[in-house]
Amino acid sequence: MTVAVNPAQTGEPVFYLADEHPHPEGYSTSLGFWIYLMSDCLIFAMLFAAFGVLGANYAAGPAPKDLFDLNLVAVNTSMLLLSSITYGFAMLTMQQNKIAQTQMWLLITGLFGAAFIGIELTEFAHMIHEGATPQRSAFLSAFFTLVGTHGLHVSCGLIWLVTLMVQVWRFGLIEANRRRLMCLSMFWHFLDVVWIGVFTFVYLLGVLR
Amino acid sequence: MSPDLLKFIFGRLGIDSLPFHEPILVGTFVMVALGGVTLLAGLTYFRLWGYLWREWFTTVDHKRIGIMYMILGIVMLLRGFADALMMRAQQALAFNGSEGFLPAHHYDQVFTAHGVIMIFFVAMPLVTGLMNYVVPLQIGARDVSFPFLNNFSFWMTVGGAVLVMASLFIGEFARTGWLAYPPLSNIGYSPDVGVDYYIWALQVAGVGTTLSGINLICTIVKLRCPGMTMMRMPVFTWTSLCTNILIVASFPVLTVVLALLSLDRYVGTNFFTNDFGGSPMMYVNLIWIWGHPEVYILVLPAFGIFSEVTSTFSGKRLFGYTSMVYATVVITILSYLVWLHHFFTMGSGASVNSFFGITTMIISIPTGAKMFNWLFTMYRGRIRYELPMMWTIAFMLTFVIGGMTGVLLAVPPADFVLHNSLFLIAHFHNVIIGGVVFGAFAGINYWFPKAFGFKLDPFWGKMSFWFWVTGFYMAFMPLYVLGLMGVTRRLRVFDDPSLQIWFVIAAIGAGLVFLGILSMLMQFAVSFLKREQLKDVTGDPWDARTLEWATSSPPPDYNFAFTPVVHDNDAWWDMKKRGYQRPLMGFKSIHMPRSTGTGIILAGFATAMGFGLIWYMWWLAALSFVAMLAVGIGHTFNYHRDFDIPADDVIRTEDSRTKLLAGAK
Repeated sequence: MTVAVNPAQTGEPVFYLADEHPHPEGYSTSLGFWIYLMSDCLIFAMLFAAFGVLGANYAAGPAPKDLFDLNLVAVNTSMLLLSSITYGFAMLTMQQNKIAQTQMWLLITGLFGAAFIGIELTEFAHMIHEGATPQRSAFLSAFFTLVGTHGLHVSCGLIWLVTLMVQVWRFGLIEANRRRLMCLSMFWHFLDVVWIGVFTFVYLLGVLR
Repeated sequence: MSPDLLKFIFGRLGIDSLPFHEPILVGTFVMVALGGVTLLAGLTYFRLWGYLWREWFTTVDHKRIGIMYMILGIVMLLRGFADALMMRAQQALAFNGSEGFLPAHHYDQVFTAHGVIMIFFVAMPLVTGLMNYVVPLQIGARDVSFPFLNNFSFWMTVGGAVLVMASLFIGEFARTGWLAYPPLSNIGYSPDVGVDYYIWALQVAGVGTTLSGINLICTIVKLRCPGMTMMRMPVFTWTSLCTNILIVASFPVLTVVLALLSLDRYVGTNFFTNDFGGSPMMYVNLIWIWGHPEVYILVLPAFGIFSEVTSTFSGKRLFGYTSMVYATVVITILSYLVWLHHFFTMGSGASVNSFFGITTMIISIPTGAKMFNWLFTMYRGRIRYELPMMWTIAFMLTFVIGGMTGVLLAVPPADFVLHNSLFLIAHFHNVIIGGVVFGAFAGINYWFPKAFGFKLDPFWGKMSFWFWVTGFYMAFMPLYVLGLMGVTRRLRVFDDPSLQIWFVIAAIGAGLVFLGILSMLMQFAVSFLKREQLKDVTGDPWDARTLEWATSSPPPDYNFAFTPVVHDNDAWWDMKKRGYQRPLMGFKSIHMPRSTGTGIILAGFATAMGFGLIWYMWWLAALSFVAMLAVGIGHTFNYHRDFDIPADDVIRTEDSRTKLLAGAK
């Protein structure tokens, strides 16, 4: 039997801690949130895979070339990327305990996010108006589901953002709120990374095809 | 009322959705209703509602949540097994022109419900319940990382089970088989609510499973007590870690597959359709990318239980701890590389089939290593044939047979003959019953005294054991024979009278298993009545080796008055060997999470939303969704989620244990 007692220690081995070291609140939160993000990443991975399999099945319907307006998508992408930068500013000002500035950057982030969703919905409406509905072909089913799921995530992020702004406004930048802002920050940047994938894989490669 | 208004309120639900024309279902409903009314009346009469709500429904204590998972699993076992009995009876009777007693549309629901219930609402709750109860104790923690989430996860699982049970009396369940392959499960061929019940039951329960996976990973990674390095964790904790990693890395796949199927059904998209570019085979691929890891999700914790039991009842340190850990990790990884063996006959070509055939066979290597580790642990041990050990030995014999038939099926040319035959059915029941179910029973008999402070009655336990084991062999060995004779699965009537004898033997076997289940219920009842005789005050009735046995039985709310410090793999054994003295003073107040009703309320709305979506009651779905959002956000405004157990309470609890221990000596 290996007895692993610290050799520097003499006498009786210690079998319990006399003094409680409680884990601080939120001790596991960032790990837990990372694991959640990875499970969410898997959801997107599956949707990307579905798009990869079905993305060229136009069923004699419209193809990416006929549908995508890369200029609009570029504007949309910049909305989301800018919102990530402004979220970064919010986190920086949070570190400096500047509540008003944090709130301002959060608000700007939210506006960029809302602009992103607005442009995406316009794009969807336009496509549906042209007859390129999710029901038209497997390609369009996969397209609307992948891009729509991302949009749904951003919308949830917006609701979360507003909730956190209310909480910061009411309770200040307390430890719990800082932790929550950190989680939302990871969520927001994660959605940015996913969008880079969508932009490249769906739009750019789609138009090339 | 105008028909439009009725349609708005009730969606597709009408009087004709209720199964008045099915005598079996009406009878079942009467029985369930009588039982339910008696139970509810009893709870009201004895004024137990407040107690249940405060102490159980809203609890965030991992031990109570674990026990509730076990109760859910056992209750659902009764339902799933009733389906099994009906199938066995139908197949034994439906010969020589007889149609049996189940009409086709009912029989198809029965075999679908049996599979879904047994996997999602029996095996999963039993496994999750044991992990929930045991893991925090084994690693010397006070609770899981996210106690509220734990409560929520449990109630989401219950929500899924409620939807499956509702389908029995309101509408119908899927008639597609337990994985609901399209195009059969698509709206064109299954326009009724059955598949929708299937989808939403699994989606609601799946959220709970995923969250509980994240929770337990964090618990094991972050909350181990000082000294417990990864390679000093008990093997059950290791297998739980791997299982929860598998859960988090596979359940999102199921979520997506079912979401895409619902889009096909509700919106009319073309993911899995035969036209407009859809691909039904993509569904089969995706669902098995979840489905194969799922079987390891179930069996790995069982392997952990057998490891704990074998070393405890052999009185020896586990043989080959390191190889056991590596074998577990290797199985975890390999489980993602074999999914295609479930459909070799799809026609992927010889190269692809060979690849997946070989990876499948490779999995038997780490599994075989485990088997030898258990054998060598027993070798020269002082083996005590208590109930947990008996289940373990039954497992070792049974699982080896199931494993060998599995390797046989892994050979693609053989699989072309045996695909979807009763040979396959016999194989997977051989490993799931022999592995997971026997493992859960070993775990229940092993940890029951820890959870309740008294052992389970050995006489009725042995009755249950022998009925189950002989019943299992009688029920499933004939299916191997029938499979080799070419009988395929899910058949309702038979033409060839020479097959009947095998089905009759199998039905008798199922009857024996039924006696096994009754004996187990009897075992619980008798043990409760004889609880004074079976009492254990030491907290360590089996002379066991891991940390959960260091505390009292049942453990106090806070698990350990002082956080333990670990120096060895078998931490508690090491403490006993080196003359550990239980601390009698110096107790301090302990920080604990507070109970909350948010979990059950959220899960209730989620279930209502599922019900609304199933029946096209859009107002109900929308309302429940908004309510869920409101309650969820409202919950985040509660910043006071903890409290302190005062030092006086800790002293009182510990003193009473000191008295008990003094009395025992």
